[in-house]
Amino acid sequence: MRVIVDLTRCQGYGQCAYLAPDVFTVGDEALLYDLDPADEQREHILRAAAACPVQAIHLDWTQTRRVGQSSAERPSYEEAPAAKMTDGHIVIVGASLAGARAAGVLRREGFAGTLTVIGDESHEPYDRPPLSKQVLTGQVPSGHTMLPRLREVEAEWIAGTPATGLDVASKRVHLADGREIGFDRVLLATGTRARPWPNEAEAALEGVHTLRTLEDAARLRQALAARPRRVLVLGAGFTGSELASVCRELDLPVTVVERGPAPLVSALGAVIGGVAAQMHRDHGVDLRCDTTVTALEGDGGRLRGARLSDGSTVEADVAVVALGSIRNVEWLHGSGLAAGVWGVACDAGCRAVDTNGLVTDDIFVAGDIARFPHPLYQYQFMTLEHWGNAVAQAEIAAHNMVSDQAHRWPHLSVPVFWSTQFGVNIKSVGVPTLADELVVAQGSTDERRFVAVYGYRGRITAAVTFDQGMWLEYYQGLIERAAPFPPVTRHVDRREAPRPVPAQVPDRMVATAGATVVVTGHDPAERRATLVHPPQR
Amino acid sequence: MSSQSLFERILDPSGRADPYPLYERLRETPVARQEDGTYVVSTYREIVALLHDPRISSDRRNLAVAAEALDQNPSFIGLDPPEHDRLRRLAVRHFGPPHSPRVVEELRPAMLEITTRLIDGIADRGRVDLVDEVAYPLPVAMICRLLGVPEEDEPRFHAWTEKLVETLIPGEEGRAERERERQDVANELRGYLAGLAEEHGRQPGQDLLSGFVTYRGPEGGMTPQEVVSTAVLLLIAGHETTINLIANGMLTFLRRPDLLERLRADPGLIVPAVEELLRYEPPVHFLSSRVALDDITIAGVTIPAGAPVVLALAAGSRDPAHVSDPGRFDPCRLPNEHLGFGGGVHYCFGAPLARLEGQIMLAELVRRLRAPRLVTDPPPYRPSPVLRGPRHLLIQYDGVEPYLPT
Repeated sequence: MRVIVDLTRCQGYGQCAYLAPDVFTVGDEALLYDLDPADEQREHILRAAAACPVQAIHLDWTQTRRVGQSSAERPSYEEAPAAKMTDGHIVIVGASLAGARAAGVLRREGFAGTLTVIGDESHEPYDRPPLSKQVLTGQVPSGHTMLPRLREVEAEWIAGTPATGLDVASKRVHLADGREIGFDRVLLATGTRARPWPNEAEAALEGVHTLRTLEDAARLRQALAARPRRVLVLGAGFTGSELASVCRELDLPVTVVERGPAPLVSALGAVIGGVAAQMHRDHGVDLRCDTTVTALEGDGGRLRGARLSDGSTVEADVAVVALGSIRNVEWLHGSGLAAGVWGVACDAGCRAVDTNGLVTDDIFVAGDIARFPHPLYQYQFMTLEHWGNAVAQAEIAAHNMVSDQAHRWPHLSVPVFWSTQFGVNIKSVGVPTLADELVVAQGSTDERRFVAVYGYRGRITAAVTFDQGMWLEYYQGLIERAAPFPPVTRHVDRREAPRPVPAQVPDRMVATAGATVVVTGHDPAERRATLVHPPQR
Repeated sequence: MSSQSLFERILDPSGRADPYPLYERLRETPVARQEDGTYVVSTYREIVALLHDPRISSDRRNLAVAAEALDQNPSFIGLDPPEHDRLRRLAVRHFGPPHSPRVVEELRPAMLEITTRLIDGIADRGRVDLVDEVAYPLPVAMICRLLGVPEEDEPRFHAWTEKLVETLIPGEEGRAERERERQDVANELRGYLAGLAEEHGRQPGQDLLSGFVTYRGPEGGMTPQEVVSTAVLLLIAGHETTINLIANGMLTFLRRPDLLERLRADPGLIVPAVEELLRYEPPVHFLSSRVALDDITIAGVTIPAGAPVVLALAAGSRDPAHVSDPGRFDPCRLPNEHLGFGGGVHYCFGAPLARLEGQIMLAELVRRLRAPRLVTDPPPYRPSPVLRGPRHLLIQYDGVEPYLPT
């Protein structure tokens, strides 16, 4: 049977681990579990799901509401009855978390027309977060990651077939096998792929891995199970850090090479990155910061080691390239949509924006590629490559695809993400990179149980917890109310007078290399923007 | 009566049988200041917010004005992080994940065995008090076994725990006197458990008390005082709460013959039904010892720093803004997010134990009792507004079905 836990909601109460100890395991609050346990666990899982204090355990990922867990009727924005657009043909491009989830929500919302879901992978929809955790340790087989019941959604599922183009004018999606699929409305949810090692010959060495798909995870698991003498991890973002944690759990020597001053810097800044660095070292990770890999070296087609920018070398027979991801938007080049390396621009209702900045009517975007304006963050456009964002945005997009103007919802959820590494549950709410200062409000970084609050120009913009997830809701409320920073200090678990320190977050990256805009025409009716993309590598 | 405030009427034992209409009125003012300076919070959203608000303390030593001589040895239920977290981690180490994930699950056969014995014991009676005969003995037996307290001492500590529960009344009125009484009884119970702890230290067994006494880790261990405070807490809580879950459960089922039929036809339904009971007729109605550490503005009211705060969990779980048709018992309600075990860092320590005990006993009663019916409705209630449940639950029935191993 299949089960999935909404770890964005999970607060680490651990009730599931008491009631179904063969399926769920928790540390202080970090939860790992088998998504496809044996049928004999059924009774235990039903008990665990019923007992979850935040009702985050789902056996059917098509039916659950996530935006507000209240079972009370949700008031609509307008008094007028909703005019649902329940017929026609909807095409979803992308069959992973966001796309497949949207398919389920569309049916739940009453869409009765034709539904086509196009995916480039051959599997049914699966969950990726376990791939860098319990799958790599061998606790759970890689095949045990399928999302419960999504595949049962009534739709034509076209698997293993990438989309190659979108014709906005004639409303058609072009597929790699030459087919063209017409639509009335389309949802773009093609997600991201792992950024490969730039040197193709080196990337092709046996022993060099990336981690994004089920196959990646299965291959890497096999490589780790063969007990390599040393694993080299390139990049100490969340994936790289989780990989290092897995290696140490398996008692494998691991070297992590990170360009920045500490792990997780680009997401959480250098202060909390420093805490993460200590965590790596305490667990025996050979962490090399302010360093890059200059070359991967092979021997007879097999990886032997790497040369680093500081002149040193590392011998390793497995290397994992964890240098971030690339958004799958190339297929949209020439479509007339504002799509580039930064994602596909859309409004808060998930409607795609064209190259001129005009909102389209029938083209929606969700998940890792959706670049949307967030009112809480000065309407800055942001893409969020978070599990919770994909889920929430898919729900909003699907709802809006069948709703009239008066009944559409904005995607306003405050970003939340989590990571499990070295037994610690790291959670974040808000946008930590939008910060000039931070303060450890509760707990202590030495104990690795704390709440760090981030502020930008005197107001609270984010909070990060290490094994203190139960407090996150409170800080989310402060972010939503634009509460002043630093926060009040009369609260529990306050240690010596908390003092704000510079947050040391990296400058916000501006994508300039991806595409150039050329504006032509003089008359307002003629002015047009065109994106000029550099040739693809 | 008319001079009584709404909250006083709720506390008045005469209304114990059905406090829900009063809760409905209470929710009209989500955060209501009482004359004695206590703030009563009764709506779901506000209660959840305060359960996760670090400006709310569970340590009454933070009160601006404490009516009573305060407990100098509070257990973790009356402490804040980091002390709370440290003690709770030390306690959970012997009870649940990550270090002892199977302790509760492994009690299941014993729960079923005791349940079976208790129901066998009433087979020929035709008329019994379910509270005395089944609802009380099961949790007591389980907490004794778990803690390592000899069951034959039950008559001694039963008198103490009952007295302690009676003095648990929210509000500051008469608090000093209640607290004096409470301390006297608590000291006797503490003395008893201190003696027991010493014995377990000399000859440790596979029980929590032995674990509390002997464990030393990177964070240290529990001091003798902490061992006793923790044991007192678990003994009382393990005993005076699940009794209400079972009794309230049977009362609810017996009032709805259709429900009893559905549960008989579909035994798996007991799992969500127990969750619904925790929402609809919870064993614990109030968290009554919270304190605001700072001025807290919520639902348009500012609770001043130092003020006592009462969270009306049972009112919150029936908030129509949170659940549709809250006054209807729906065994299949999904999702069912309720306040039956509180929330936040003080979430009920024994929740997994209570759930299993409730599920097993209620499932067996439903299956085995032939034609059960209530003798008196409403039944007499125990006086406590906090731990609310029937004092007795008299039923009649036409014998019991034999136990069927599954």
